[in-house]
Amino acid sequence: MEMTTPDSKANEYGILIDYEYCTNCHTCEVACKKVLDLPIGQYGIKVLEDGPRKNTLGKWEWTYLPLPTDLCDLCAERTAEGRLPSCVHHCQSGIMYYGTLEELAAKLAEKPKMVLFSK
Amino acid sequence: MINDFNKDLYKEDWRWYEDGYEVTRTSVWTGPGCHNGCGVLCYTKDGKLEKIEGDPNFGYSQGRLCLRCLNMVENIYNNDRLKWPLLRDGEKGENKWKRITWEEAFDWLEETYGKICDTIKNEYGGIGPEGIVALSGTGRNAMWHGAMCLRAVFGSPNMSFGFLSADSCYQPRMTANLLKEGDCWILDASQLHPDRYDNPDWVRPEVVVVWGNEPLASNGDGFMGHWLVDLMRMGTKLIVIDPALTWLASKADIWLQVRPGTDCALALGMLNVIINEDLYDHEFVENWCYGFDELTERVAEYPTDKVAEICWLDEQDIIDAARMYAAAKPAGVQWGLAIDMQIAAMEASFAISDLVAITGNLDVPGGNVLVRYAYNSSKKYGCGLEFISQEMLDRRIGTDQSPIHKAGYTPFIPPDLLLEAMETGEPYMPQMMWVHGTNPIANMGGDAPRIYRAWKNVPYTVVVDYYLTPTAVAFADLVLPVAMSVERDSFRSWWQPLRTITASAERYYDCKMDEELVLELGKRFNPKFFNQFNDVHEFLTYMIQDDGYGVDYTFDDLNHKVYDWWDFNETYEKYKKGLLREDGQPGFVTATGLYEIYSPLFDVWGFDPLPHHMEPYESPVRTPELYKEYPYIYTSGHRHIGLFHSEHRQLPTMREVHPTAIADISPEIAEEQGIKEGDWVWFENKRGKCKQQAHIAPGLMPNLVRARHGWWFPEQEGAEPNLYGVFDCNANNLTTMGVYGPTHYGAPYKCSLCKCYKVTEENDCSPSEIVTKGGGFGGNDYTRFEG
Repeated sequence: MEMTTPDSKANEYGILIDYEYCTNCHTCEVACKKVLDLPIGQYGIKVLEDGPRKNTLGKWEWTYLPLPTDLCDLCAERTAEGRLPSCVHHCQSGIMYYGTLEELAAKLAEKPKMVLFSK
Repeated sequence: MINDFNKDLYKEDWRWYEDGYEVTRTSVWTGPGCHNGCGVLCYTKDGKLEKIEGDPNFGYSQGRLCLRCLNMVENIYNNDRLKWPLLRDGEKGENKWKRITWEEAFDWLEETYGKICDTIKNEYGGIGPEGIVALSGTGRNAMWHGAMCLRAVFGSPNMSFGFLSADSCYQPRMTANLLKEGDCWILDASQLHPDRYDNPDWVRPEVVVVWGNEPLASNGDGFMGHWLVDLMRMGTKLIVIDPALTWLASKADIWLQVRPGTDCALALGMLNVIINEDLYDHEFVENWCYGFDELTERVAEYPTDKVAEICWLDEQDIIDAARMYAAAKPAGVQWGLAIDMQIAAMEASFAISDLVAITGNLDVPGGNVLVRYAYNSSKKYGCGLEFISQEMLDRRIGTDQSPIHKAGYTPFIPPDLLLEAMETGEPYMPQMMWVHGTNPIANMGGDAPRIYRAWKNVPYTVVVDYYLTPTAVAFADLVLPVAMSVERDSFRSWWQPLRTITASAERYYDCKMDEELVLELGKRFNPKFFNQFNDVHEFLTYMIQDDGYGVDYTFDDLNHKVYDWWDFNETYEKYKKGLLREDGQPGFVTATGLYEIYSPLFDVWGFDPLPHHMEPYESPVRTPELYKEYPYIYTSGHRHIGLFHSEHRQLPTMREVHPTAIADISPEIAEEQGIKEGDWVWFENKRGKCKQQAHIAPGLMPNLVRARHGWWFPEQEGAEPNLYGVFDCNANNLTTMGVYGPTHYGAPYKCSLCKCYKVTEENDCSPSEIVTKGGGFGGNDYTRFEG
């Protein structure tokens, strides 16, 4: 039996989202529903919205944040076949990344306004 | 490695087998409807589509898909879909049908065709087939099919958009492009190259002006909106021109919240700054332009303070935008529908084209590049014209009344004049509407109740579609079910590349591909031509070879290639290289060979050869009295992300995202009218009213409402008077027919006036009943307005 240490990030996977450029196109939500065969009202990933609101600096804030839910299994079947999670594969803005937490943590440092979801 | 796709799984072959699936690599285009043709992998078992995935080996879409394709399985196998031909078995509007075979459908058509020809000959002294009018929807893969049915099969010249008043979608912009530089331009987001952003010839635009559209939702004219996000992520700055705060506007360096219908004035103001501050490209203007001095004189009439007043903008913002656009090398314009949907559509298109040209951004990498359909395939809305004699062309409805139509710049007849013919019987009453993939009373037809009334005068209607629509129930005698994209053998040549559409799934019940329908009908009505083809593949080979102008291989070869990128469309500065003109000389396809800032043709036709501002048909300035009664500016037609016009309302997944017609109203209007988020509201003007659910949209111009279009309710009663509730939420109860500028292009779908108030128990009613039972909203004024 292969042993992994609980704090090893090399074999744990996650999804990094550059939410600065999320447009709320709903692609991740529906791509996910089709893989998990979810009924109406259920989501494996859901896009949350903040704004639009003019902030105290006089700029418009309008931000979307895709949030994986408890139903997300990082597309276990797809990734076992060598595919990317369906949301990552189809994201219209191309702002979702699948990789090991180690790789993604390094990428997270590349620019602001990104979030890393671990499973 | 992050996001590396597996090259063993994602092959570049056209078909392979994997885990019991047949995998077909192809592009998809219609249905579902959209303006793109993204790359997909179809996974089928026993002829049935089980799943679909984006093809990462296609630079155009790079593996990405939107809701329409992701939801493909739900759409194809939806039980509401038409399964076999239906013949009306009751009165029109009763929604009673009987199932018939295709053979019976063709027999009915043949018999009816004979009656139509007799009526036109005997009652109107005509030739006969011109009694048939074909209606088409917007840019889907049903463009050439309806045209071929009409012209090559039936021999009629009367082709029109589905009552899209004054051809107000892309036609004004395209026609302006054709007049000024002989070819259409599009924003260069590297989509013309297979290797996209890595292509060494391509340059990223420093600035993109997003003018009158929200490409993330609309993906108009073959431009995938999310390419703009790619550009932004690489550093491109945006100028957004839109009365509404869109997500892109919220990220823009400059957002010009222009008053609807004043885009031409804005462009003239920007031209004024660019010319007077000497920010234009002298090399291009001196060597390649005709009429710059006249433009210089014209823009003097549009100082920025005056333009600011016309457009309801801050003067400094106009100046800043002009400077930012002119300073950027390169800069591109991504223009859209709002420019077409005003009476000054052609004038605005002229002025925006001039901005692109004089700043040296025409046909340069990262600017606005001149493109043609891949491999020059002319098989579009205009195809089949070779089957129509001059005598028959002269029988077209309304064409003689519009110089641009008469000169052959468009293969369409004017929709507004078609409607008049249906009302007056002059020059003759259309005898049959051949409705090929359009649902006009739910969607693009202006003043939908007026269309409804007039259409009832037409003896016969045939609808070719996927589902029973309000248009089919209200008017059709015969409904023909057609295959969806993954069930079709077809092709797409719209811009770049030439793409195969390879059938991967078996056709649903008795549905036929549009391509089969054309061929089989052709064999009945015009065997001399169509009998040269033994099957659909041979017919498609003929289509892509395009009489020697197209490719030199067969349709089967295209299936195997999947994509074929045309080097013409990859080449920049074609006008310098002698690639545009038939004579091989440098220059543009215009009479002067130059970019025509001043249009000699417009001069000949009696139009202003230079752009000028025209007040919107109904506006605070032109009609101040009306504005007192209807104090809000009414726009319609802004897109739902993931939906296409009136399609997809049957699909639970789509309705989860877009449950009903949700309009945007400004926070100021909400306050004035006591409207809360989610309240149902009436929009009303002198033509009619409709109700939609209110979303209070921050950042919307304070006295603006944005009504949704395309809403009908397949879950409701289809028979009249309800007619799937098609008039309840219908944005086009308030729009116009017969109102356009002097060029006959551009109707005010996006700039009229209305009032807005809450739906209450006391004032609630069914607009659908008012229209179908009560004759409409009254006060019908059919006086034409021609600028």
